[in-house]
Amino acid sequence: AACQGCPNQGLCAAGAAGPDPAEAAELRARLRAVRHTVLVLSGKGGVGKSTFSALLAHGLAADETKQVALLDIDICGPSIPKIMGLEGEQVHQSGSGWSPVYVEENLGVMSVGFLLSSPDDAVIWRGPKKNGLIKQFLRDVDWGEVDYLIVDTPPGTSDEHLSIVQYLSATHIDGAVIVTTPQEVSLQDVRKEINFCRKVKLPIIGVVENMSGFVCPKCKNESQIFPPTTGGAEKMCQNLNVSLLGKVPLDPQIGKSCDRGQSFLAEAPESPATLSYRNIIQRIQEYCEQQHFKEEKIM
Amino acid sequence: LAERSNLAGVRHILLVLSGKGGVGKSTISTELALALRSAGKRVGILDVDLCGPSIPRMLRVQDSAVHQCDSGWVPVFVGQDKAIALMSIGFLLERPDDAVVWRGPKKNALIKQFVTDVAWGDLDFLIVDTPPGTSDEHISTVEALRPYQLLGAILVTTPQ
Repeated sequence: AACQGCPNQGLCAAGAAGPDPAEAAELRARLRAVRHTVLVLSGKGGVGKSTFSALLAHGLAADETKQVALLDIDICGPSIPKIMGLEGEQVHQSGSGWSPVYVEENLGVMSVGFLLSSPDDAVIWRGPKKNGLIKQFLRDVDWGEVDYLIVDTPPGTSDEHLSIVQYLSATHIDGAVIVTTPQEVSLQDVRKEINFCRKVKLPIIGVVENMSGFVCPKCKNESQIFPPTTGGAEKMCQNLNVSLLGKVPLDPQIGKSCDRGQSFLAEAPESPATLSYRNIIQRIQEYCEQQHFKEEKIM
Repeated sequence: LAERSNLAGVRHILLVLSGKGGVGKSTISTELALALRSAGKRVGILDVDLCGPSIPRMLRVQDSAVHQCDSGWVPVFVGQDKAIALMSIGFLLERPDDAVVWRGPKKNALIKQFVTDVAWGDLDFLIVDTPPGTSDEHISTVEALRPYQLLGAILVTTPQ
């Protein structure tokens, strides 16, 4: 029942570890036209990876000359369709592969959410089957020419994460953005994620501290809903020699916009959270452009 | 001689699930265990979140180690009265920041061991804290617990 609606039921493979040389060549060909790839990771669940991925995509796509792709590889809990206002959309197949679902002309999205017959269908898959779908997302989706491919991941350091890094080794990953909240219980998991990145030689663009303080709209008093009892992301970044891209405060409008499938940046342009997001997005853009410049210099 | 199963002395087994991450499964599991202990019950917590084990820190036993005995692993006992028993992969890591980068099959093998090879002794409640999702950990845990009567699952969510 979980396979219903999937265009490739018959071909879905219980894939092994990384791609074999033939597959690697296929992936390389398909992803050749992708200029920059950014992974959004955490380790901890519920810190705002999907929210951030969606806003990063919206932020980058505000420049109409850029083509942005958002790939949701959270197979069990795909949040991106709802956050992007695309619930109920289906994936169409064409001669050149699966067609992403477009939010804007220059912003395409792919998620397992689009393959389910009902939004409440549970995808109860073991690792190998999840890996197979992730490979398909990379190999069979006709993204076209893409300036930025953003990959939203589930929490953890497991199959999905290993697979995406291995499959994308066929192309080039600019780096990972790691999202956390200020409390130690989150940082504990995020340190593991940073170690994962180092283990698989994935560059870390930086860390985003989400839900960092709440300013009451009435009295303007700031509260720490998730107190940084061990120094928050700032201290962790110092200790681990990783860049802190920024801190984003809690704004109840963020959750509302996500639930309604609207871009928070567009709905609340004056919010301090919007300002933080925009600064962080700009830093990520600069990082990617610098990498590209460095590569061109080498060539 | 039939071996007495390690779960034979456990009266009730509860799963704490969500699907969504970061909603408070580990927090609720911990608070539930503490509340049951206050009510005079013997409680165990099995933390099957292999990638992000939060329970040891929540009970302030993150620096503890597990030992082997004849019937398997001895859980870590929490507090002066030792009325809460805990098993988590957190106790098996060399360093707390070590990432457990395992694919499904390896995770499944450890979960099976956690379910059958921990010498829980006599417990009124065994609370099983799970990671987000509906994948390997969940399938393996439910399969391994099938021979024992599961009391049921508590589902945790946030409002949005």
